Amino acid sequence: MKHNHRKQAGSRLVELFQAYLLNHAHGLFSSLGRLSRTPFTSSMTILVLAIAISLASSFYIVVANIQQLTGNLESSNQMSLFLHDNITDAAGQKLAEQIQQNGSVVDVKFISKKQALEEFKANSGFSDALNALERNPLPSVIQVVPKNALENNEDIEKLMADFKQFPQVDFVQVDMQWVARLQTIMLIASRGVMLVSLLLGFAVTFITGNTIRLELQNRQDEVFISKLVGATHAFIQRPFLYTGFWLGFISGFLGWLIMTIMLLILETPVEKLSTLYNSSFDLLFLSFSEFILLLMISSVLAVVGSWAVLHYQLRQLKPQ
Amino acid sequence: MLRFEHVSKRYPDAGEALTDVSFHLHRGEMAFLTGRSGAGKSTLLKLIAMMEQCTRGSVSLDGQDITRIGERKIPYMRRNLGLIFQDYKLLNDRTVFDNVALPLVVSGYNHQEVARRVRASLDKVGLLGKEKKHPLALSGGEQQRVGIARAIVNKPKLILADEPTGNLDPDLSAEVMFMFEQFKQVGVTVLIASHDIELINHLGHRVLTLDKGHLVAS
Repeated sequence: MKHNHRKQAGSRLVELFQAYLLNHAHGLFSSLGRLSRTPFTSSMTILVLAIAISLASSFYIVVANIQQLTGNLESSNQMSLFLHDNITDAAGQKLAEQIQQNGSVVDVKFISKKQALEEFKANSGFSDALNALERNPLPSVIQVVPKNALENNEDIEKLMADFKQFPQVDFVQVDMQWVARLQTIMLIASRGVMLVSLLLGFAVTFITGNTIRLELQNRQDEVFISKLVGATHAFIQRPFLYTGFWLGFISGFLGWLIMTIMLLILETPVEKLSTLYNSSFDLLFLSFSEFILLLMISSVLAVVGSWAVLHYQLRQLKPQ
Repeated sequence: MLRFEHVSKRYPDAGEALTDVSFHLHRGEMAFLTGRSGAGKSTLLKLIAMMEQCTRGSVSLDGQDITRIGERKIPYMRRNLGLIFQDYKLLNDRTVFDNVALPLVVSGYNHQEVARRVRASLDKVGLLGKEKKHPLALSGGEQQRVGIARAIVNKPKLILADEPTGNLDPDLSAEVMFMFEQFKQVGVTVLIASHDIELINHLGHRVLTLDKGHLVAS
């Protein structure tokens, strides 16, 4: 008898769980159906959300692209050790080999006076003028690529000071400052993008919340009647939360589409520009995982906005 | 089953709607609640349906005090009630089946059980075969019967009806009342607010009469 009773209670639990899942599935699809039944209103809302999302993700991708560009610069960062005029090529070469032994150095290259002149002639277009000079004015240079370039300013400074100790070295130049400046600018830009994205995220939350509030008002009778037949708040708000989810999800996808189309339009001129600079710059698009993340973020923002409104409004709506 | 003890209800701007009302309805008892409009009938029903809380006194339902029931418990407590309204309060964008099924869906019954109970309920009110229709395609009497089917589908202990025959002609009214008497037969307590004195007298059940918030006859 007792066993039977327990079995009954168990099967009621299973039934409740099944009904709960069914209820969720119903909420998921019925809310989508409901959105499609008011195509004009729904598409207006979704479009506004999609534009906000595409703006935020476009800013993000622009910064990512610029970072990719400056990323290449970082690795080419190097120190130039200018040698005294009276140092012979052999002595310079020897110093280069000595520096090579240093643990914090990745690559060392010795450029003799003659090589420097050839290079300068080839690249500067001043070859005739240079030919007119009686003697080679260029010093020998040792180019040093430090390990972990730029990661630690102090290390670089220390290395620089070390190199200055060599009597053969006239002065040391680090092409760091402008890179550091550029990096700071990028930092400001990416932080700015973060702030603007945050605002746009709030916009997505509030727009969805407001849409759900209107939807709730349109369906007041349904809410009242559900309350009167014993529906919990969780039950009543479920379809509305799914509506919010769909708004966010569809807008996220559409926002991605808008951004991708904009990038595709820009791709050809950007590549042309890149060829003009003898560079092989590839425009960066959103990766698959970033795309999934975008969908997730926009869905979550929309659901949060809906939930906040429902949480507040459902308590206000009392059946008459 | 339903017990009111010295219940008063005061609205902040409208004054006292009920004053020191006490009565007790037994299980399987059927009673009419009557009085002029503004006498407090709606207020009394709202207290039972937990749409309002009384200012003084206590209300209990099936031995449970619902006077100061918490917001979270209200939905579960309401599942013991079957509510019937003068304006039917049906969802016109849903089928008859979905309307009647709502209390069951809300309580988390599975598909087969919902279908079985909805059909049984519609059978009792004589609307079997109209499941797929929409409420607006039905006559007023039929719509009210859908409302009744919805009220009984969850096998409530207490049925509350607010002017259930207000929009119906005498024949349909008598039919609806006959249904309520059948529910009473199976042990359901029924409380019907009505001012159809003729019909009430004809049926001869207990009558609770309200006048300006006071219970003058029970």
